[in-house]
Amino acid sequence: MSEYTTEEIHHHVKTYVMVFVALAALTIVTVAISYLDLGVVPAVILALIVASIKGSLVACYFMHLISEKVTIYWTLLVTLACFLVLMFVPLSTMLAQAKI
Amino acid sequence: MDIPFTVKDRPDTGLYNGKLGIWLFLASEVMLFGGLFSAYVFLRTGAESWPVGSDILNVPMATLNTIFLITSSVTMVMSWASLKLNDFGKFKMYLGFTILLACGFLVVKYFEYTAKFEHHLYPSTNNFLGIYFTMTGLHVLHIVGGIIVLFYFLVPGNKMWQSDPDRFVNRIEIVGLYWHFVDLVWIFLFPVFYLL
Amino acid sequence: MTSEHHKENFLTKYIWSTDHKIIGLQYGITALLWLLFGFILMLIMRYQLAYPETPIPIVGALLGEGGLLPPEMYNSLGAMHGTIMIFLGVVPLAFGAFGNYFVPLQIGAIDMAFPKLNAASYWMYFVGSIIMVTGFFVPGGAANSGWTSYPPLSNIATTGQTVWLCGMVFLITSSLLGSINILATVIQLRAEGMSWMRLPIFVWVQFITAFLLLLAFPPLEAASVLQLMDRLAGTSFFMPSGLVVSGVALSNTGGGSPLLWQHLFWFLAHPEVYVLILPAFGIVVEVIANNTRRPIWGYKSIVYAGIFLGFMSFIVWAHHMFITGMGTTMSSFFQTTTMIISIPSVVILTALFMSLWGGSIRYNTPMLFALGFLPMFGIGGLTGLPLGLAAADIYLHDTYYVIGHFHYVVAPGTIFALFAGIYYWFPKMTGKRMNETLGKLHFFFSLIFMNGVFLPMMAQGLAGVSRRLWDGGEMYAHAAGVLYLNEVMSVSAWLLGMTQIFFIVNMIISLLGKKTGEDNPWQATTLDWSATTSPPLGHGNFEVVPTVYRGPYEYSVPGADKDFTPQNEKA
Repeated sequence: MSEYTTEEIHHHVKTYVMVFVALAALTIVTVAISYLDLGVVPAVILALIVASIKGSLVACYFMHLISEKVTIYWTLLVTLACFLVLMFVPLSTMLAQAKI
Repeated sequence: MDIPFTVKDRPDTGLYNGKLGIWLFLASEVMLFGGLFSAYVFLRTGAESWPVGSDILNVPMATLNTIFLITSSVTMVMSWASLKLNDFGKFKMYLGFTILLACGFLVVKYFEYTAKFEHHLYPSTNNFLGIYFTMTGLHVLHIVGGIIVLFYFLVPGNKMWQSDPDRFVNRIEIVGLYWHFVDLVWIFLFPVFYLL
Repeated sequence: MTSEHHKENFLTKYIWSTDHKIIGLQYGITALLWLLFGFILMLIMRYQLAYPETPIPIVGALLGEGGLLPPEMYNSLGAMHGTIMIFLGVVPLAFGAFGNYFVPLQIGAIDMAFPKLNAASYWMYFVGSIIMVTGFFVPGGAANSGWTSYPPLSNIATTGQTVWLCGMVFLITSSLLGSINILATVIQLRAEGMSWMRLPIFVWVQFITAFLLLLAFPPLEAASVLQLMDRLAGTSFFMPSGLVVSGVALSNTGGGSPLLWQHLFWFLAHPEVYVLILPAFGIVVEVIANNTRRPIWGYKSIVYAGIFLGFMSFIVWAHHMFITGMGTTMSSFFQTTTMIISIPSVVILTALFMSLWGGSIRYNTPMLFALGFLPMFGIGGLTGLPLGLAAADIYLHDTYYVIGHFHYVVAPGTIFALFAGIYYWFPKMTGKRMNETLGKLHFFFSLIFMNGVFLPMMAQGLAGVSRRLWDGGEMYAHAAGVLYLNEVMSVSAWLLGMTQIFFIVNMIISLLGKKTGEDNPWQATTLDWSATTSPPLGHGNFEVVPTVYRGPYEYSVPGADKDFTPQNEKA
């Protein structure tokens, strides 16, 4: 399975280095914003946004997701839907509890 | 008769079997850590009070660990790229660095955990520590598993480069995907526990 | 995987085999033995229910003082009956055995995508099942907090609960490996010409089942880890603050939530019930198409209904939690999704009934079981509707009505379909035929006694008899009028057990019988029956890997010279 030419690999390597620099920088950003005096909710949202950007970089470039096949995209989409249900629905039942 | 598409891509899906297999496995891992993250959110939202992570946990050590893992992700993908460029020597070097960085992560975690225990901070102390130890502990188990497999490919298993190079490259790609996922989980664990 | 024709000894050929057919048989034999064991546990329980506080015959000495069944032991039998039937019995048989054996054959593949992983998944199941059962031998006995293991009770339960959790981790891992294999196999190893819409329904439902297992099991694995931490490391993930047990305040820090366990558990356990029924639908479709000599009615609607069912199954779970105090918004959400999820089941059941219309029906044993499945699943499904509506569920929750409902779906439902599968595919697996007379006796008496066990449960449930009661409702004045049904159900259960002797004897004499030499005795169209190596199928399944030219159920094609046209026959 040699879908990439030598040139493409060299191009990929450049990308890997750039992504590494971005990840390192974003790590510093993550720690830095934790020193800001934000409320819990803004802090959580900001932290998750930064983490998601870092995660997307790892997924898209290190895991080659950006050029992956449709089958993989579908698998991950279904997984994401289930993940979101798992994250938000139990919480919703707790927050919307019956008032006795 | 051999099982088709173990090395060559199947034309309509564009995948070889192992790549699909590892992504399916990673999907289940998303749901495993998802279940634990969901538990974290549920427990924290329902708690009367919740400690500030940076008060209890060691942020500099965890930041170092984050750098270790991010770097190990780069060296991992570089080891795969080296094989694609037919450079077996560089492959071994990068894979070796990946394992080294992973061990570094474990060493830091060892110091973190023992420091907590010395201060009488255990999983049973409160739910924050409970879920912290559980989730980072499960993550550590995943790192250990990864190190074992990476070491296998570095030493005893690298003979396949001689006998079936394309299949070997695929295996490195597959273990690389697993490794990046382990890095990805830490990218979320770090801010959630240490910074929020 | 190169086909090294190295010398195979007994161990590599039959024990550590990586051949999907051997692994399928390993799953099947192990699962049938566990089904029998789980069934026996229930027979013991039913003796206590019929004749409370009377010594249990035969096995009484193993159970307690003077052969009497103590309440904690009754609870162990109940929890283990459920756990064993679901996780050690039905799923390994429906998915592990039938899936492994017949999915590769029906798609024209020579094996599963990952044969070594396949063997690993079987052995994890085997080890997990042994671990589960060792619970009976630890101090305090096996897990006794229900198969649902709700905390705080399960958190403070005896050692058997820890054993249960460890067993579950192995069983879940086995399931995950199996799911990855089925999904990759169906996506990657379909033979040329086997497009998605030419797949037998059996393959479609196994595919959907695999997706459910892949994505729904991990949260239960997460929850099991959390409960192990609670039990072994003193955490309080599921323990609320201020718990007092037998007058003594517990020392853990509290702040946890029992509801968290329920959410994570049911996130798996609801899709799990569709895991229990989907393979059954698949088998019934195969058997009905074959024995009506006409194509299945509504192939596409069954496929789309199945896919829709799969997705919906992830968003209905809290209908098991209507009494936990969720507000009307969330309760309405779950009632709505639960009502919607009944639609695909109705579509599938309707398609199966319509498939009988205009057919030349052959009433052989597999067909009888498949036909029996239809009304029994119908009753099971219909009795689920009140449970999906919060107002009725608040009354019926945790009563015998619930037990009646789910047993109708699984026992004369799924298990009948699995019997149909065994009778149908026995010739492909062994080259021999099972005895029709014994088969019909097995069917008719099983049908009668299944209803004898489970129909009275509806009456008891409506009268307010709770489940998991060691005394069977004796303490409730309001239940006095329906208590006599306990003996009726128990006698039916014992007779149901004796009826299985027809099946066991049939298996033995058929296995000892002569090969018929027929490759396709049912004259079926799917690729499994056109596999070119004679039964029992050899390594590689097909002398020549087939090419597919047509759909899966081309029976009675106008102008054809025979009433069935195999999928790999040229147009």
